[in-house]
Amino acid sequence: MPVLQLRNITKRFGSLTANDSIDLSLARGEVLALLGENGAGKTTLMNILFGHYRADEGLIEIDGKPLLPGSTEAAISAGIGMVHQHFTLADNLTVLENITLGTEPLWSWRQNSKAARQKLTQMSSEFGLVINPDAEIADLSVGERQRVEILKALYRDARVLILDEPTAVLTPQEADDLFETLRSLTAKGLAIIFISHKLHEILAISNRVAVLRRGAIVGEVKTENADKSLLAEMMVGEKITRPTPRSIKHGKAVLRLENVSTKGAATSSSLQNIDLIINAHEIVGIAGVSGNGQAELADLLSGLYQHDSGSIELLGENLKSISTRDMLSRGVGRIPEDRHKSGVVGDMQIWENLISEDLRSKTTSKFGIFLDKSKAINRAEDLIAKYDIRCKGPLAETKLLSGGNIQKLILARALSPNPSFILANQPVRGLDEGAIAYVQTQLLEARDRGVGILLISEDLDELMALSDKIAVMYHGKLSPAFENGSKTIAEIGLMMAGQESSLKGTPQAGAVAMEGAHAN
Amino acid sequence: MQIEPRANVSVIRAAFAPVSAVLVTMAICSILIVWAGAPVLEAWASMVKGAVGSRFALTETLTRSIPLMFTGLAIAVAFKSKFYNIGAEGQLYCGALAVTYFGTGMITLPPMLMVPFLMLVGAVAGGLILIVPVLLKTHLKVDEVVTTLLLNFVILLFVSFLIEGPWKDPMAMGWPQAASIIDEGVIPAMLAKGRLHYGFVFAVIAAILVWAFMRFTVWGYEIKAVGLNASAAAFSGISINTTIIRTAMISGGLAGLAGVSEVAGLKGYLTLDLSPGFGYTGIAVAMLAQLHPLAIIPAALFLSGIYVGSDSMSRAVNIPTYIADVIVGMSVLAILVSVMLSKYKIKWGK
Amino acid sequence: MMDLLEIILSTGFWAATIRIVSPLIFGTLGELICERAGVLNLGIEGIMTIGAMAGWMWVYQGGDLWGGVIFAATVGGIFGFLHAIFTVHLGLSQHVTGIGITLFGSSLSYFVYRMLLPSATTPPKIVPFQTYKIPYLSDLPVVGEAVFSQTPLTYLALLCVPLVWYMLQRTPIGLAVRMAGENPVAVEAQGINVLAVRTGAVVVGSALMAIGGAFITMSAFDAFFFGMINGRGWICVALVIFASWRPGKAFLGAMLFAGLEAFQVRAQQITGASIIPYQFYLMLPYILSIVAMVFMARKAKYPHALLVPFRRGERV
Repeated sequence: MPVLQLRNITKRFGSLTANDSIDLSLARGEVLALLGENGAGKTTLMNILFGHYRADEGLIEIDGKPLLPGSTEAAISAGIGMVHQHFTLADNLTVLENITLGTEPLWSWRQNSKAARQKLTQMSSEFGLVINPDAEIADLSVGERQRVEILKALYRDARVLILDEPTAVLTPQEADDLFETLRSLTAKGLAIIFISHKLHEILAISNRVAVLRRGAIVGEVKTENADKSLLAEMMVGEKITRPTPRSIKHGKAVLRLENVSTKGAATSSSLQNIDLIINAHEIVGIAGVSGNGQAELADLLSGLYQHDSGSIELLGENLKSISTRDMLSRGVGRIPEDRHKSGVVGDMQIWENLISEDLRSKTTSKFGIFLDKSKAINRAEDLIAKYDIRCKGPLAETKLLSGGNIQKLILARALSPNPSFILANQPVRGLDEGAIAYVQTQLLEARDRGVGILLISEDLDELMALSDKIAVMYHGKLSPAFENGSKTIAEIGLMMAGQESSLKGTPQAGAVAMEGAHAN
Repeated sequence: MQIEPRANVSVIRAAFAPVSAVLVTMAICSILIVWAGAPVLEAWASMVKGAVGSRFALTETLTRSIPLMFTGLAIAVAFKSKFYNIGAEGQLYCGALAVTYFGTGMITLPPMLMVPFLMLVGAVAGGLILIVPVLLKTHLKVDEVVTTLLLNFVILLFVSFLIEGPWKDPMAMGWPQAASIIDEGVIPAMLAKGRLHYGFVFAVIAAILVWAFMRFTVWGYEIKAVGLNASAAAFSGISINTTIIRTAMISGGLAGLAGVSEVAGLKGYLTLDLSPGFGYTGIAVAMLAQLHPLAIIPAALFLSGIYVGSDSMSRAVNIPTYIADVIVGMSVLAILVSVMLSKYKIKWGK
Repeated sequence: MMDLLEIILSTGFWAATIRIVSPLIFGTLGELICERAGVLNLGIEGIMTIGAMAGWMWVYQGGDLWGGVIFAATVGGIFGFLHAIFTVHLGLSQHVTGIGITLFGSSLSYFVYRMLLPSATTPPKIVPFQTYKIPYLSDLPVVGEAVFSQTPLTYLALLCVPLVWYMLQRTPIGLAVRMAGENPVAVEAQGINVLAVRTGAVVVGSALMAIGGAFITMSAFDAFFFGMINGRGWICVALVIFASWRPGKAFLGAMLFAGLEAFQVRAQQITGASIIPYQFYLMLPYILSIVAMVFMARKAKYPHALLVPFRRGERV
């Protein structure tokens, strides 16, 4: 008998059908990969399974018994555990507190921490998931936090473990460790649902693959009978080809960072002695696990804060103090990491968001004081057409746009002033294949026009597909850039974990990293 | 329970929100009236009559709406940038202090210059007192709600000190009040009879100017952007701190004008009961207007009518005049819900 | 100078400090519980007013004192529930809701007071809580009179400090409350209803605030005046920040304030100190509150999810 059985699950949000009569079953000890693009309905389905949503139709059975819909508590006590993509941990609390929350009756006079500690220690050694129960989450590495998440599920005797994009934040080696852990868990009879859109991982870990497209299961296949191209076609439906870069032309340096550091050298993310050169006609990719200083580098080049030492040279001019307006006026185009949070003001109209970086110029205002709405709307209409932003017009509310169209709006804003340098931070994260291809094409075309581009991404595949050179960031330090293709994924992975001698820094940095990445 | 945004919020639905909020507030207050043992319809009728039923009532309502428009505008501008200035009451008194300082004989100008001059110094004083809370917020991340609220008490005590001490008018027969504004500085009356003065025109002009400022200028755009999404605004090169400081100065200045109009237009001199909470009622005005500067005018008139009318209601059916404050407080809560319901729909179940 | 020193050394000063600190403890702990769960409760000023009126009115209408305290707590809890519906369930602005609750709560208190006592010119009085000397302990020198010769409500306030600390730090429900203020998604993921936890915290916190208000009319004084809370609620909000959201530090902060208040009342009476107008003495607590926030604001470890509404199924 399957441990988990989904029958005919359907969920609608207004006119959108997020899940369309989905049937799935899962056996003990099996890894089922759930493959699909962003927006295909994977997350909705898992939210239904975990009781965050209630399905409009259909039934979930655990060991043949129906599961009470819409109750997280029921899902947990039936043995479902979930590791969310964004960890659900409280930073200021300890590992033990995070794990034991909800495991004891809420209305008791004291917590039984002693028994909890004992159970946790025993589990840690049984599954090889070593962790200090009294450490605060804020002090743990990403890999360790994921370990806490898995322990949290196991602590509650999970028999079905759901992992939502678990490798997105890991180095390739950490991902290998995770796979090792998962294999040992399935050997003990645990059933796993592995959600991902990374094909090679799915091929590496799963026994069976179910593919979701537009809310429906479009195919199920045994992993041994599958290969990348088959899965890709099933996932996307039609064949969308991502652009391929052409040969490299060399240009002059547009951006030169020399020995740049920012304050608070103690934290792992402040920048330390960064050297970086970006030439015209060149895309330089920055690889690294998030939280190692990429955000700080991006903020610095966006003009959001100042460096404390070192020099930054843009188009041959030395920048003493940096402000966002200054960077914009010097021809820097920026694509922010989180397009909803810092890319656009959702409650403003499209034309307003298109002029937000350029409020005081002649094209948008009179004397820099009054907005020139008619000119701005004309310009917005041109950009909407040129960048294919699908909307009802310049007066539409920005929050009604899809993620892909918001990204096109940001691209239009960044590219239309003809920048000489572009900072692209996670430019395709969370987009569907069509939008990914569009954004990448735009970036490559800009490069061919002679723009220098800094591309920050957590996705190594993306970096290796687009970059001319790659540099790796670890603990606020940046490796020298190397030609794309001169290092293997495994070598880059080691650098991402801080274990490569070519990374500038003290030998201790490597030792700390060993602990962090390979404590088990 | 799920809360989903509506795809389109029609103008009618948006305009209906304050109306429905007022209706709900009146319905709930009717329960209080019933509890007090008074006839409901008669009670409301006496309130309407007391607010607009006679020439005198009408001019009183118009007069009382003047400080409410100023404080309502002050709060609307500040809330637009999510700078929660709850200190309009204190800023009003700062405006009044400045008018008293400059307008009681220290400087004499012809009336055509004196009144604008007093308005200027009142506005500057109202803005200046906000410098402390706004800098604490922008530079040290100290919550401005608590600091502006606490400053209200400090300022009121300071006013009390001045009018009981150094500024006490010896001609006032022992009452704690400051000297009267010189004739050149008095805002002239609009009508031969009644207390209505040209401050009303100034308040309406202020509302129109604020509306134009928010809608047509770069600074207005920046205030809106910072309030709606500060991190996107910063990414676009808008300085959040500069914008918030600028907003605070405008907000404090508008609240200071309320103090100018009360001292130079209505009372003629500074007392400790100059404002029966105009600064706090201004929050209700701003919320009922949904922070729209032009909608401040009807919202201020409405709440002013409630206050003026509550006196007659109290006399006619013997209900405590505090009913007006209850209506103000409840309308703040009611408008929050009704605006939300105009933008979102609530679905029950998961 | 000697005079001022004498004040601090007198037993009367310490007894007054303990008396003044009691409502601040209730209010600060109430606000602290709300904020630890992630909800800023600016309704505190109004809820304290309601508590002051409701408790007093209960006794004035013939009820007994403890019944009055329970009644005040109940009414305060109801207003807290209203606050929770707005901010927790509907996700509306915590700032505006709190101010609305304060405006509504205080005006309703005055309305009800006036309605039930339409013609009272001088505020009528009740027989308030009397001091209860704790056997043996009250015989101790200095502390005996300062701490152990107070009214039962003061003992309750002092007892609440370790009790709230224990509840937050050592019980499962306290862990859920703290987690709800740090990362509500984590709470939901463990099968606990965030909305219920936050609602409960706001209701309990508001009930405590109301008892703080009731202390003023039923223990410190014996009558209800208009405007008698006089910003104490806002001072409590500042104290929570000053205390970095810790009950023990909240107690120390409240003691500091109460001590200052007791000190200024006595200092005013000393010849020489009366050169300074009394208004400046009265300003001190408000100014000190602002100063305290300035000093602590930078170091403070905010609850991460303070002011952030939670909606089920929404991704962080």
